[in-house]
Amino acid sequence: MPAESILLRFMEGEGTADLEAYLRVEGYAAARHALTALTPEEVIEIVDRSGLRGKGGAGFPTARKWKFVPKDAPLKYVVVNGDEAEPCTFKDHMLLERAPHLLLEGIIIAAYAVGAHKAYVYVRREGYLARERLRQAVAAAYARGFLGRKIFGTGMDLEVVVHSGAGAYIAGEETALLESLEGRRAMPRPRPPFPAVFGLYGRPTVVNNVETLSHLPAVIRLGPEGYRALGPPALFSVSGHVRTPGVYELPLGTPMRQVIAAAGGLRPGRRFKAAFPGGSSSALLTAEHLDVPMDYEPLRAVGSMLGSASLIVMDDTTCIVRVVARAVAFYKEESCGKCTPCREGTYWLSQIFDRILEGRGRAEDLELLTHISRGMSNGACFCLLGESVPPGLEASLRHFRHEYEYHIRTGRCDVEAALAAAVAPGA
Amino acid sequence: MAPLPDEARDEIRRLQRHYEQRQSALLPALFVAQRELGWLPPQALQEVADLLDLPLSEVTAVASFYRFFFLEPAGRHLILLCTNLACLLNGAEDLRRHLEERLGVRPGQTTPDGAFTFRESECLAACHLAPMLMVDRERFGPLTPREVDELLERYRAR
Repeated sequence: MPAESILLRFMEGEGTADLEAYLRVEGYAAARHALTALTPEEVIEIVDRSGLRGKGGAGFPTARKWKFVPKDAPLKYVVVNGDEAEPCTFKDHMLLERAPHLLLEGIIIAAYAVGAHKAYVYVRREGYLARERLRQAVAAAYARGFLGRKIFGTGMDLEVVVHSGAGAYIAGEETALLESLEGRRAMPRPRPPFPAVFGLYGRPTVVNNVETLSHLPAVIRLGPEGYRALGPPALFSVSGHVRTPGVYELPLGTPMRQVIAAAGGLRPGRRFKAAFPGGSSSALLTAEHLDVPMDYEPLRAVGSMLGSASLIVMDDTTCIVRVVARAVAFYKEESCGKCTPCREGTYWLSQIFDRILEGRGRAEDLELLTHISRGMSNGACFCLLGESVPPGLEASLRHFRHEYEYHIRTGRCDVEAALAAAVAPGA
Repeated sequence: MAPLPDEARDEIRRLQRHYEQRQSALLPALFVAQRELGWLPPQALQEVADLLDLPLSEVTAVASFYRFFFLEPAGRHLILLCTNLACLLNGAEDLRRHLEERLGVRPGQTTPDGAFTFRESECLAACHLAPMLMVDRERFGPLTPREVDELLERYRAR
């Protein structure tokens, strides 16, 4: 952990879920400073200059999102996206469990900046401990006058409500999240209008991710230059074939090789094969990309994306066909069914993968996979869920076509064959 | 089947205070009903619809959309085995086969003694624990088949 860690230091060990522990590390000082010494416009300006971008996956500049909120609207909302169900993303969960006050402090700053007096935190159903810790933190903050009426003795009122999801990945899409919060099926809404103008109950609403808001106290405390000098920092969820999978705070732009090293490196005796740099929605990368900086633009330049900064590492024991099949099965399971390319496309792709893995693949299947995938690309789907399928699938066909061909030709997996051959002499 | 207890009905009415529109209380209300009854029989859906003054069709449509509402009776404990990428890469398939054998049911089913409902799950956001599973509200991982056996024994007794 770097000495300047701004998020991870609140999460180490049991973290600072307890209010007294959080106050001992200058908790709520940044929010107090923002509310008592800065105007909302100044806060937005500082966040703008800090370069903070949304950490939920889209990477949209946070301050720009806030600036879309009409100033004179009588009722506005802050909605916190704590759904976090992108496969292999677990940083927000850990933040909620170990540093819920950091999020609450971020919510206060965001609400002050946009002029909202009510915030909802939407936490996925599976996050029982996260919700419990957050509820305790909210109660403690109310008791101390950090939430409620006239917080920090200023004219600012803020109410925070913790809301539980019910199990649906699509609820992490911001307009689907609003539908879910309104008590309906989590299906995305057409955009525009964007939530900043027409959001929860039709009111202007800022939807921010948990990690995004948790950066705000540091942005205010350090100032834009001080914050940027740290990288800027980001949380990476590292999983798969590394020795110590976990959440690591590293500067944006850290090469993939170093992120893997931070997670203990590969397992002994194994070689790197491939990785998803930003969750299963991102295009697979291979060994030739190990020195690509993990940042928005460099990853886009190699045809992938940072997304939620969730690095999934795969070594040479991995069957790529099986991995992509599992990712496709995920999107099939989670498709809300609203639009045809996603509802039908994920289902059709899954059927093809099933037969390839069962040894019944056909020569024409690879063309078919490509064809269906293209039919789900370039805005064909209503939202990004369906559009999340083609990048990983097409990259796997580009880099590992021979593995698909082997599966179809022989009905078996060449990885298993290669590994069996490798261990045979000593076995 | 008996109606929801009065306290639960009051709790559902109170939920609406947090929201500008009462339908926002629907998901939390369904969780209250499910907590009381263990699942959501048709009568519970009707009661929630009446309490929130919503059409039954809307309540049913919402309840059937989300994974964590049970429209059929469930076991005493819910086992969610993550089989998504991080867990797949670390041996989730072995755990799935082991659980199928030990429980004698396939994913999506409830054991004949009513102790467990076993489901395969999408990512549970605990990839540092892979391969992992949840029993009710607790997470366990990284797990070996032997540790799974111990878990089952512990929960079956509860």
